[in-house]
Amino acid sequence: MSVPSGKAWTFGDEINSDVMAPGIYFKESMDVMASHCLEAVNPEFAPNVQPGDIVVAGRNFGVGSAREQAALSFLHLKVGAILAKSYARIYYRNTLNFGVPALIFPKADEINAGDQVTVDPIAGVVENVTTGNSYKVSPIPEHLMEMIGDGGLMPHLKKKIDAGELKTGAAPK
Amino acid sequence: MGNTLIQKIMARASGRDSVAPGEIVTCAVDLAMILDSGGPRKIWPRLDQLGVGVYDKDKVVVVADHFVPAADPQSAAILKLTRDFVKKFDIKHFYDMEGICHVLMAENGHLQPGMFCTGGDSHSTMGGAFGCYMAGFGAIEMTGVVITGEIWSVVPETIKVDWSGAFGPGVTAKDIMLFLARELGMENAFKAIEFGGKSIRNMSMMERMVLTNMAAELGAETGLVAPDEITLQAIRDGGTEPAADALEWRSDDDATFCADHAFNSSTLAPQVAAPHRPSNSGAAQDFEKDHIKVDQAYIGACVGAKLTDLHMVASVLRGRQVKSGTRLMVAPSSKKIMREAAADGTLATITEAGGLILPSGCGACAGLGAGIIAEGEVCISSTNRNFQGRMGSNKAFVYLGSPYTVAAAAVAGEIVDPRNMLS
Repeated sequence: MSVPSGKAWTFGDEINSDVMAPGIYFKESMDVMASHCLEAVNPEFAPNVQPGDIVVAGRNFGVGSAREQAALSFLHLKVGAILAKSYARIYYRNTLNFGVPALIFPKADEINAGDQVTVDPIAGVVENVTTGNSYKVSPIPEHLMEMIGDGGLMPHLKKKIDAGELKTGAAPK
Repeated sequence: MGNTLIQKIMARASGRDSVAPGEIVTCAVDLAMILDSGGPRKIWPRLDQLGVGVYDKDKVVVVADHFVPAADPQSAAILKLTRDFVKKFDIKHFYDMEGICHVLMAENGHLQPGMFCTGGDSHSTMGGAFGCYMAGFGAIEMTGVVITGEIWSVVPETIKVDWSGAFGPGVTAKDIMLFLARELGMENAFKAIEFGGKSIRNMSMMERMVLTNMAAELGAETGLVAPDEITLQAIRDGGTEPAADALEWRSDDDATFCADHAFNSSTLAPQVAAPHRPSNSGAAQDFEKDHIKVDQAYIGACVGAKLTDLHMVASVLRGRQVKSGTRLMVAPSSKKIMREAAADGTLATITEAGGLILPSGCGACAGLGAGIIAEGEVCISSTNRNFQGRMGSNKAFVYLGSPYTVAAAAVAGEIVDPRNMLS
């Protein structure tokens, strides 16, 4: 899988799923939804984030709702990777299922907004190109490595189904 | 070494003799609940893309509760798609505008101790009040579940939380959870919370469901209450006979817990959580000096508009009026609750006091339906979550409290300790 590299966008602790994907845009397309991602905490983020940029955050990132749009918005905005001190459970599962790498990164405070950051999710290496610091972190969990490598849950399921390795319900007539 | 309740459930679901915390297991799913919001509209295109169907049309339960009743063209289209999915995939259990999913699972006898259940909504933890595993997952992951009937999980450690002593008047399960959000924090990911102790044993099922519902606010995998006679009666009330082994689903006496908390119910005061997080809580009486004016008081959601909750509201409103300049809205958690509250006079008490009754559904709680608030407005709500922007404008302010506390604020026009209004 690729090694994302881009500009860091920094956020604090307990950034919740309601600010990532506000309920009032639930019925809208993902284009509209993603354009409001995190606007309550940083209105500059969604309009200006570039493909490959890295989201850096504090503790309990994604706390709250099961809404997949919270994780999907970052994929839609082509964010390269997420680095947070810790994650809320459902958000963590969602983001990995969409193939957006999320690493636990205790030293989030050492990355400043705008720093150039490179993330290798398989090796578990984070490099802050701006400061020259390099960090060794836990890689993506072993049992999810294949799924992430496949690009997320959907391509992973497709691969397994095509290979006849998965028992599934039959499509309706 | 003994096992916790959740270890026993996950061992059974994964076909093992025993499992240890930290182990990654693949569990067979006994019930997969999906909703209009993140269910068929997200999952159906993915099933088509993969050319597959659902793993078991008896075990996939569909509920339309988020966008009901349709108030705009998008909602109407989403609901139609949900109904079309049920027909196309021949789904056996479909609840269309019957109420909020978590309450419906309890009302209709879907849950038994020892089951392993998943739901496409974070408050699916509510089901754990029946002594089963029930947890929330995103639509992408529920797609995998409805296709394969399986899901991976890390076996969680369990935090034991015991409450003993008698609750004072006006103190509820909701106050316990706002207190615990502050005490235990909102970051307990990949841990389960098991509630026990004499106070919990004396609680009704509807109150126990508040505890497990808001285990989500603590960030937990799920919350659980070991089954007893009250659980068995609730299962029977839902039209299902309890399983023969129902009462055997409990933690062993020598099970290992990662933390063990004991609290005294008799010293707990009504709690209020200030914007913008449930853990930002304190005693309701400490808010009085700030004279926080309330534009809207909202009784709603899975957690806060059950029959017991509506009874709490009525006990405050009886003989009183909602303050001029404050609006009270009440959206009962289900149609059955609406019917029962109509029959026993509760709805009359609420409407005579000036309250407005709204349809059953997720509604304003998640910013989806009637009752959302504008920039600068203040709402006190019996719901479970008050994140910035959740109930409408991201420049609005939401306080959380028990149904007593919300009703008292509706009468006073500001946040007060509800005990002054209970005679």
